[in-house]
Amino acid sequence: MPQLSRRRALTAAAALAAAAGAAPVVASVTAGNANAAPAEATTPDTTGHHHGHTSPAPFDEVYKGRRIQGRPVAGGGHQHHGGGYAVFVDGAELHVMRNADGTWISVVSHYDPVPTPRAAARAAVDELQGAQLVPFPAN
Amino acid sequence: MTVRKNQASLTTDEKRRFVAALLELKRSGRYDEFVTTHNAFILGDTDNGERTGHRSPSFLPWHRRFLLEFERALQSVDASVALPYWDWTVDRSVRSSLWGPDFLGGNGRARDGRVSDGPFSGASGDWPINVRVDGRTFLRRSLGSAVRELPTRAEVDSVLAMATYDMAPWNSASDGFRNHLEGWRGVNLHNRVHVWVGGQMATGVSPNDPVFWLHHAFIDKLWAEWQRRHPGSGYVPAAGTPNVVDLNEPMKPWNDMAPADLLDHTAHYTFDTDA
Repeated sequence: MPQLSRRRALTAAAALAAAAGAAPVVASVTAGNANAAPAEATTPDTTGHHHGHTSPAPFDEVYKGRRIQGRPVAGGGHQHHGGGYAVFVDGAELHVMRNADGTWISVVSHYDPVPTPRAAARAAVDELQGAQLVPFPAN
Repeated sequence: MTVRKNQASLTTDEKRRFVAALLELKRSGRYDEFVTTHNAFILGDTDNGERTGHRSPSFLPWHRRFLLEFERALQSVDASVALPYWDWTVDRSVRSSLWGPDFLGGNGRARDGRVSDGPFSGASGDWPINVRVDGRTFLRRSLGSAVRELPTRAEVDSVLAMATYDMAPWNSASDGFRNHLEGWRGVNLHNRVHVWVGGQMATGVSPNDPVFWLHHAFIDKLWAEWQRRHPGSGYVPAAGTPNVVDLNEPMKPWNDMAPADLLDHTAHYTFDTDA
């Protein structure tokens, strides 16, 4: 069967994002959704576009002995499904994604939404039990 | 014609052949191609961008086709093999025969989640985790730890009662049958089972655990049950939906079949419960 390599999939998606001339557009939080993320400190969207949402604030902490960081990033060469937000565990990028209702998931906890990217980073540290992340475009 | 059976009713010989076919696909490298494909779509499918394998109407036909490809690969090793399904509304315990050493092996150990019995244990040497998101190369599970209960039959029935296949915005925020079955909304069926199993099953590389196929074969069967309950309800959207696979639009990565070509499972296999 024709196989889609992860690199090709990522490259195609990045090209689409670049063609759109902006980071992926993120929908506003659905009002009245029981699963919607609680309000958290935010910074203005780095893309300068009006998506009806703001990007979560950066964070940087040591959690269970590992450094977790999150920060808004401009869209472009990388695919940031966090709507222009990147998360790192000990410097290695953790693929995160923002759901339509404002919750977050990561590639190591993909079926279990949590309220914030920091919560996704902490859930990843819990799941990893000390293991190192593999950089996600690798394969 | 392939008949997909409840895993709980498989004979010793059927289990043995299924496991042997899995191990041969793994040995030849073909198994890991399926893991790679799944993770590419997990990473690529987004609520506001292109979405095909997940969080979209094509979640069900995409996985139906993905399982068909996998089942054909198994049958190229042993023509007698069919994908079994795991009815987790009935076989809800760590003590289920599904997790026996003669079938999928059991729970991971507390310290590191390592599965230490059965044909897919790290110690067997036959099941290296190559397509992975972290450094660990052994199969892991933590059955029932991240979420205590698998879905019940009553919860399944509440979702099967939903008469509309899917709704705008055609993503994880949608109301309707597909998104409630997938689990981003409501009682949470499919997603919760991934979380209940834990280990690789909770990640983008979930097909690393052979239970992935049995879980999705049951999700696929629930789609067939839903069709039977709602003969007047069809796949939507019908046409012209940006980023979303419409009824007659070919699906990546195969590009040769649309959801319309996959609505009738009986063209490809039947279930042991089909009349």
